Amino acid sequence: MYMFKYVMKRLGLMLFTFIIIFTMCFVLIKLLPIPVNVLPGQDPEIIYKTLEGRGWITNIREGANGVWDYDRVPILIQYGNYLKRIILHGDFGIVTTYTEYRGHNIWEVFTSHMPPTVLINIYSTLIGVPIGLGLGILAALKKNKWQDQVINVFIILLISLPSVVLALLLQYTICFKLGWFPLTMLKSNAYFTWPVFKSMLPPVFALCLGSIAGYARYTRAELSEVLTGEFMLLARTKGLTKRQAISRHAMRNSMVVIFPSILSEFISVLSGSLIIEKMFAINGVGRLYLDSINFQDYDFFMLLSGFYALIGLAAGIVIDISYGFIDPRIRMGAK
Amino acid sequence: MANSNEIYIPAEKFRFTNRNDLQHDSKFSTKPVSYFQGAFRRFSKNKGAVVGGIVICFLVIFALLGPLFTPYTPAEYDQMYAYVSPRLNLFYESGLDFWDGYKVVENSYSLFLKDRALAQETGREIIKRNEYEVSEDGSTYTYRYDTYFGVGFGKYKTISPEEFLDIQRYQNETGRQVLYPTVMVSKRPTVEKNKYDANIYYVMVNPNGSKITPKLDLNGNIIPNYWKYEADSPSPLIPEYNSLRIEGEDGIWENGKQYYYAYGRKIDGGIEVRAEYYEYYIYEHTQKAKYDYDDVTEPLFIFGTTNTGKDILACLSYGARFSFIFATVVAVTNFIVGVIWGSIAGYFGGKIDLAMERFTEILGAVPSMIIISLLKYHMGPSPHAHMLVLFIAFFATGWIGMAGRTRMQFYRFKNQEYVLAARTLGARDARIMFKHIFPNGLGTIVTSFALAIPSMIYSETSLSYLEIINLEAGSITSVGTLIAQGKDAIVNHASYVALFPCLFLTLMMLSFNLFGNGLRDAFNPSLRGSED
Repeated sequence: MYMFKYVMKRLGLMLFTFIIIFTMCFVLIKLLPIPVNVLPGQDPEIIYKTLEGRGWITNIREGANGVWDYDRVPILIQYGNYLKRIILHGDFGIVTTYTEYRGHNIWEVFTSHMPPTVLINIYSTLIGVPIGLGLGILAALKKNKWQDQVINVFIILLISLPSVVLALLLQYTICFKLGWFPLTMLKSNAYFTWPVFKSMLPPVFALCLGSIAGYARYTRAELSEVLTGEFMLLARTKGLTKRQAISRHAMRNSMVVIFPSILSEFISVLSGSLIIEKMFAINGVGRLYLDSINFQDYDFFMLLSGFYALIGLAAGIVIDISYGFIDPRIRMGAK
Repeated sequence: MANSNEIYIPAEKFRFTNRNDLQHDSKFSTKPVSYFQGAFRRFSKNKGAVVGGIVICFLVIFALLGPLFTPYTPAEYDQMYAYVSPRLNLFYESGLDFWDGYKVVENSYSLFLKDRALAQETGREIIKRNEYEVSEDGSTYTYRYDTYFGVGFGKYKTISPEEFLDIQRYQNETGRQVLYPTVMVSKRPTVEKNKYDANIYYVMVNPNGSKITPKLDLNGNIIPNYWKYEADSPSPLIPEYNSLRIEGEDGIWENGKQYYYAYGRKIDGGIEVRAEYYEYYIYEHTQKAKYDYDDVTEPLFIFGTTNTGKDILACLSYGARFSFIFATVVAVTNFIVGVIWGSIAGYFGGKIDLAMERFTEILGAVPSMIIISLLKYHMGPSPHAHMLVLFIAFFATGWIGMAGRTRMQFYRFKNQEYVLAARTLGARDARIMFKHIFPNGLGTIVTSFALAIPSMIYSETSLSYLEIINLEAGSITSVGTLIAQGKDAIVNHASYVALFPCLFLTLMMLSFNLFGNGLRDAFNPSLRGSED
């Protein structure tokens, strides 16, 4: 029961924060002038009527020499219209200034760009977690021996290597010099065919190398602390072999801390790494986000900002909540 | 009241049982070690941290003094010298195949001959040591190509008659040949892409084809296609020329007649010449008033140039200088605000703390990308506005971490006995906060301050790499912009464009990480003596 109350409280707080961020974004965007770009041969009235239909402006009138004038709807009413459409119809608007997708439904464009981002993230987790944990465990078990030293150097190098540099280095070596992979990811929807999968590998490597170092460092620190615990000595005196003691007692205890961080990282990189998406020209959400900023497509920007804010909040809350589920000793909210 | 059983013992009768047994407090033979002395000692024992600190010093010195080593600024560019390889005079003069301004090229036969013709005309070592390798089928020639002299003449250049005279004056004064004989228009290649190429001074196998293969004479030499005229009947199109001549003062003798080469052609708006760009560059930078402020004596780019011909050393050092100054300013601002906020929240606790915590929690949950793009929308596209956007965005999210750390330190120390004692003695809140509690938490706070600087530089670099922020203006630039250009340069076989900024960024992150870790351990008193 305590647990339930705690989770509810955290979720409520998260929702509250999210609404504040979302509203703030909306208001700040609506304070800007509305970008209206009329294509040659297009009737400007249609664009203004569309804007009116979406509830942003009202009272359109054509002045002399073809200048259009309009009144803006009060922001709170615009916000009401906006939320109503989202909640009732799931309608986030249509693309207005982002040339490539002009006139498309924003939500559809967004979901069609999810797969590459999510797939690359999943692959990277699948590769990164076992290797990272393995290296961390090895380093902790062989603490201060040469294996540990080597892994430590590897970790500090990878952690210090900025992801821009790491991605560029990978692109230069394995894609350009050795020619094993294409320079950028292929623009194709057939994600599970070999050529596309192959072109996804360099960004996957770039993404997972950083997280491998992170997991390894974290696991090493946690496990070596657990290993010095007195219950480990007790387990050995009870007659467990070293292997049994480590796998049944030390590992489980260190996982209490490691697992939530894996979960949270998995969620937070769902939004993708903007740098890696740009470097390898991945046609994912990150690219949409960058382009929506550059094209000033405000409705699109609202959706993506909401998405990023939500992901960030969820990643934070997952850590706190999963502690309680994984470790029975932690009873959150209990007095 | 006197005791009747009192025994009187005079003082002289007392004596020490053992003279050596004097029970004085023994003095410490060691000197007392204060917290910061200990921290410094622990820090200097950590080799990685010390090396990191030294590297940081070097990087800061590079950022501050780097602009002095190059006469260029990030604002100057020269399209002719795009993708020029790095050259350090030391290696160039020693003849080593490293950092010498040459690059390895694989060219077709006709391009190889073109470079050779250029080398022959100007007397430059365009093909290093004249060594080349031919592939088995004879189609590609591999050699080290001088990216400076290889530019050659570029396109035909139109200069004013005054400049034409001034170059002649300059040539006579210095003895350097800037202008070379020109080619008659009717004898130039007819294909559009080669028509204006001033490097094609020779007779071609097929002047109407797209290939620029020179025709060779029986001895295998290139035949110049110079425009020559009889010494006593100059064409009205040819400007008068009496400066250094590659054929000598007497011209050339052919069939018993004296000829001169034409060194220019009068056209509308001036004189069209073939000027060797290297020499012309020197002439321009040393003789012309508009270049007088720069100290360029010859084209020399220690780190090479970008795709627009900007000096990478200048871009990198100005970018690094901006990054360091900017990050330090933001970090100091964050530090001050964070410490004040955190100490108030931590010291007073209760309702004040709760309200302040909620505020920072919500502010901290806003992704910085959203803040940056919203601010960018509101402030417009100019680079100075972007700088302000960056400052506000880094400040808006940056101080929260500092505040949290300070708050934690205050929670840790505020209920300790010495604080209670200070309060009992009547110390005011501000005194307790900043005289008694704050110095104790200083170690952790300073460490996070040191680690904030690289993370800020890194964010700034990433944002300019992603082109969300554009800081290019005048002498301000960003390392991230350079990396973005370097990425495009890779396919043009100019990997050094990315190499130097990446090296800078990596070294900086690595050394700050080592330094920060060392600092953290040093300020942790529980590690005292553990390394001995």
